[in-house]
Amino acid sequence: MCCKDPEAKRRWRVRVRARSPQLDGHGRDVLEDIRQIGLEHVEAVMSSKLYFLAGVLAEDDVRLLAQELLTDPVAEVAEVGQGFSFREDAHPAVEVHTLSGVMNPVAQSTLQAGRRMLQRQADGNADLSNVWTARRYEVLGAKNAEELREIATRVLANACIENWYIQGFDRNDSVPAEFPTPPDRPFSLRYVAIRDLDDAELTRLSRDAHLFLSLKEMQAIRDHFTELDRDPTDLELETLAQTWSEHCVHKTLKSEIDYSGDDFGLEGKVELHFDNLLKDTIAAATSKLDRDWCLSVFVDNAGVIAFDDEYGIAFKVETHNHPSAIEPYGGAATGIGGCIRDVMGCGLGAKPIASTDIFCFAPPDFDASRLPKDVLHPRRILKGVVGGIRDYGNRMGIPTVNGSIYFDERYLGNPLVFCGCVGLIPRNRIDKKPNTGDRIVVAGGRTGRDGIHGATFSSAELTDTHADEFSHAVQIGNAIEEKKLLDAQLLARDHPSGCLHSAVTDCGAGGLSSAVGEMGEQLGACVDLEDVPLKYAGLRYDEIWISEAQERMVFAVPPERLDAFLALFAEEEVEATVIGTFTDDRVLRVRYDGQTVGELDMRFLHEGVPKTVRRATWTAGECKARIVGASAGAPAITSGSERILRELSSVNTASKEWVIRQYDHEVQGRSVIKPLCGPDYGPSDAAVLRPRYNSKRGIAIACGLCPQLGDVDPYWMAIAGVDEVLRNIVCVGGDPACTAILDNFCWPKVDTEESLGALVRACRGASDAALAYGLPFISGKDSLNNEFSMSKSEAERTGLPQQIAIPYTLLISAVGMIDNVERCITADLKDPGNCLALASAPVDRAGLEQAKALHDRIARMIASGKVRAAHDVSDGGLAVTLAEMCIASGFGATVSIHDEAVRGALFEPLATTYVLETAQSDAEANGFAVIGRIEREARLYIETGDAGKIDLPVADLADAWRRPLAHGGGR
Amino acid sequence: MSDLPVLVLRTAGINCDEEVVHAWQKAGAKPTLLHVNAVADKPSMLEDFRIVTIPGGFSYGDDIAAGTILAQRIMQDLLQPMKELVERGGGILGICNGFQVLVKTGLLPGGDAGRDKVTVTFNDSAKFEARWVRLEVGTDHCPFLTPAEDRGQQEYLEMPVEHAEGKVVTASEAVLDKLGHAGQIAVRYVDGDGSYDRYPANPNGSVGGIAGLCDPTGRIFGLMPHPDRHFEHTHHPQWTRRNPQGPPNGLTVFQNAVRYWRG
Repeated sequence: MCCKDPEAKRRWRVRVRARSPQLDGHGRDVLEDIRQIGLEHVEAVMSSKLYFLAGVLAEDDVRLLAQELLTDPVAEVAEVGQGFSFREDAHPAVEVHTLSGVMNPVAQSTLQAGRRMLQRQADGNADLSNVWTARRYEVLGAKNAEELREIATRVLANACIENWYIQGFDRNDSVPAEFPTPPDRPFSLRYVAIRDLDDAELTRLSRDAHLFLSLKEMQAIRDHFTELDRDPTDLELETLAQTWSEHCVHKTLKSEIDYSGDDFGLEGKVELHFDNLLKDTIAAATSKLDRDWCLSVFVDNAGVIAFDDEYGIAFKVETHNHPSAIEPYGGAATGIGGCIRDVMGCGLGAKPIASTDIFCFAPPDFDASRLPKDVLHPRRILKGVVGGIRDYGNRMGIPTVNGSIYFDERYLGNPLVFCGCVGLIPRNRIDKKPNTGDRIVVAGGRTGRDGIHGATFSSAELTDTHADEFSHAVQIGNAIEEKKLLDAQLLARDHPSGCLHSAVTDCGAGGLSSAVGEMGEQLGACVDLEDVPLKYAGLRYDEIWISEAQERMVFAVPPERLDAFLALFAEEEVEATVIGTFTDDRVLRVRYDGQTVGELDMRFLHEGVPKTVRRATWTAGECKARIVGASAGAPAITSGSERILRELSSVNTASKEWVIRQYDHEVQGRSVIKPLCGPDYGPSDAAVLRPRYNSKRGIAIACGLCPQLGDVDPYWMAIAGVDEVLRNIVCVGGDPACTAILDNFCWPKVDTEESLGALVRACRGASDAALAYGLPFISGKDSLNNEFSMSKSEAERTGLPQQIAIPYTLLISAVGMIDNVERCITADLKDPGNCLALASAPVDRAGLEQAKALHDRIARMIASGKVRAAHDVSDGGLAVTLAEMCIASGFGATVSIHDEAVRGALFEPLATTYVLETAQSDAEANGFAVIGRIEREARLYIETGDAGKIDLPVADLADAWRRPLAHGGGR
Repeated sequence: MSDLPVLVLRTAGINCDEEVVHAWQKAGAKPTLLHVNAVADKPSMLEDFRIVTIPGGFSYGDDIAAGTILAQRIMQDLLQPMKELVERGGGILGICNGFQVLVKTGLLPGGDAGRDKVTVTFNDSAKFEARWVRLEVGTDHCPFLTPAEDRGQQEYLEMPVEHAEGKVVTASEAVLDKLGHAGQIAVRYVDGDGSYDRYPANPNGSVGGIAGLCDPTGRIFGLMPHPDRHFEHTHHPQWTRRNPQGPPNGLTVFQNAVRYWRG
């Protein structure tokens, strides 16, 4: 928003509200949230939208805009007035404004539409120069201003991006009378005197300037500039910090490691050396498997595998944890937005066709009185994150098809938000390479002061002061800007004269500094920062360079194609601007108004990170302690029936329907298997899509996540994750011989030999499983330092540990091929009379071969049409698997289990175990135990011997399973 | 028999254009996808088409309210040419966001109703919701819908709704009655007992279970549910347990139009 407007003669406000309480759904939604935080005496909330308009406007002009544009004639009424700050409400109210510099898509759209409307007027003298918006809530039944403050901070506003004002009782906050104005920071080139700093001063500089570099890295920078005989500019230092951040360069996973400790899946101790942990484990598995259908692995923004002769499938999964902790809605939205841009930035551009989302939160019933300062309640995080994914994904028109939520108290201050995106890319658009002389073009949204220091922020640990310190790293997305950018990019990619750009990458963490630095690594680049289009004046050169403003891509465009490229983007109403040129001297040169503000050797930038050798260890039995007692306790269990009801209603097992239905999972018309299956909506194991409308070939998308095993041994956690994801793929009909997987590590601080040992074990587990099952990893990402620390007094007050580390968490995502989607199956039971078979294989390191044989055999049975329904045994064990198959179908089952081992583990998750609906002869021919029969009567009967029998109507099971998260865990 | 020329409009935030184009192709029509700016620059090009389709999505982010800004854009440049298209015997189909746009331009309910009789607003739940619904056809003069005598066993249409602002509201009971008598309530949400009002069969609280409307001629048709997401049998959420007869329900909307307009 431009805010300096000498032409503006007048200021107007328009207030829009629902014509009746029945039509104020938003007000009702807010009321529900207010009651959820314990203010049950609040009677009603009346919401209204405020538009502030500036420009040369007569009252008639404002009335025209109010009536024709801003108000729905049937459902809403508008009031128009002069000036911004006058309100006259009968009830106490809270008003919420976004802070200056925060994205406000509604204001932007209103400004454009309003201008167009006024231009069409007969006299045509009116001019709308600026628009801002706010929300106002009249709260009926609140008792005092303190309650309004609580409502403002806990329900309505987030201080990182919003200001709030209370008017009522003894308070009358003055609301803004002007547009928010971002500060003006005039140009002055700044150097950082680093050459004379000692170790302590280097460490302090790293922390105070939010560089988050280690002492060794700071020393390397000091030595480099000492050699150059000059001090670095602040921009150079920032560029190095962004490029060398854990987030961008993954220096821990790529470090040299000496491991000594337990062997991997075998008895005894072992000593091992890794030159590069990632390369020697996960990447080594992929290269050893050497599948010809892997088209691009670990080199681009996403991994790519072959779909058919013409197309490939790109897949990338990212995390956006720290921003989601502080501002869940914006954090999650920009998380999915960034992952979508990774897919757009894969090759010359892939078209996103599906998204995935996996969350790890503290339980939604966490005791609010024990919440540390500045930590949002897990229920608010859940609601905000789901809202962010929903609004961004749905607006982009990308179906969100697969996901999972895992609850553990240790995610309290540091929730995890994984966002995945699958794209379709022509095989002849996978290779890209910028050339000397190509123009550097930035396209999409404008650059503002948002998202400064996101890359370094995500590489730090969270503390109870981060909400204040890092609010500038938090952003709000604008999905429509990104959708326009995607439309334009795909038209450029598929231009009749050939692709108009020679390379593209997304502007993500580190902003232009990372995007240009990476693209020009082998060439060199020269950028003129004053050419970058800005959201508002007053940005300093270094802010422009490292801003992580959303919805931007950087293209390399050959000079002879530049006109066509720029014309196409203009037609699509997407701003595209030349900001520099790729050179041939391997120097990254950054200028502002003709003055050089940075000049870095690409070799030092990309290869200068000092290598470290680290020691890692692991000994069995060092289980990490859980925080217990902060969530509602469970009563003692007396019978099998009670036990199964409790398992079904544990939040980790319970239905996620409330979340799933907020996502559009069918847009683009490619859906084959949806997240819910059967007439009564049970859980699906994986999603299936048909990427090309005229082909029956499909893909299955699934995830596997077993953090509960990480406390015991991350090696087995990783194997279990791979095993789980493969079972999910197989259960819907995916081909295990043509399935690729992705790794996403979320780890606490890796500052001890033990935590590094845990990482080593997870990497080895992942690569051992990948090799045994023949599943190549094609892409991965890690997020370390996922810890939350609070002051001693807060720890005492809440009874929580001062330092909370998340459980070791490894997400495995998978995409598997399907020859003919019409052969796919779902988990809901189909035909009463059919038998239920249990198929399982032992899981130990020597047994992975047997497990692979089982996965393959079941896949063959499904492909030949011999299985009517399949479901894997995971959280809640075999009992819950059977219950879910009944719930989905509305049928029942009679089951009796003879195997003592299975009987004893009825509620335990079992690796490599499936329940199949099949004919008795097929079960027996394959050596599977027949454990029961499908019944028309909707009743689940399980004979379990000592554990007591289970005998319940399916309706009771369904109710227990649906209730816990029916409203986001609210009631 | 020549191909039926269909214009599919797109703009910033329209995101169902690809499947709508495909559904028209599958039904045998010849769709052309154009940006609304290109059509607004040369409205006479509407003379080359028999049907205009506005697909679903979030045009201009649904900022202000769903469909509002695209509706303004159409009212500024395309309203008259679109009305003339219908007067010449052509048709307009609006799906989801397209339906919201048609209502906010006044093209629906059309006739002499204006823009202040009917609107589409926030669901009762105040949030986006995705689910499959069952639709009862309430008119025999909308060429996109199979008339009663030809429906046979196909009593209902099944397709998904996926929206946050799909609740149809009328300015008064009288407006609702009038729409019903005129046969303009083209499709209604209905549950197994024949009720139009009960959640979740009626997913958004629409009055009278209104899921879609047509104008008095029947040739302008808009609906919140997505026929463009049920053009294959494998789109149906229970396809793994069914043996369906006849074409997928959503596809019939496009096929009916092709049959009617191609003659």
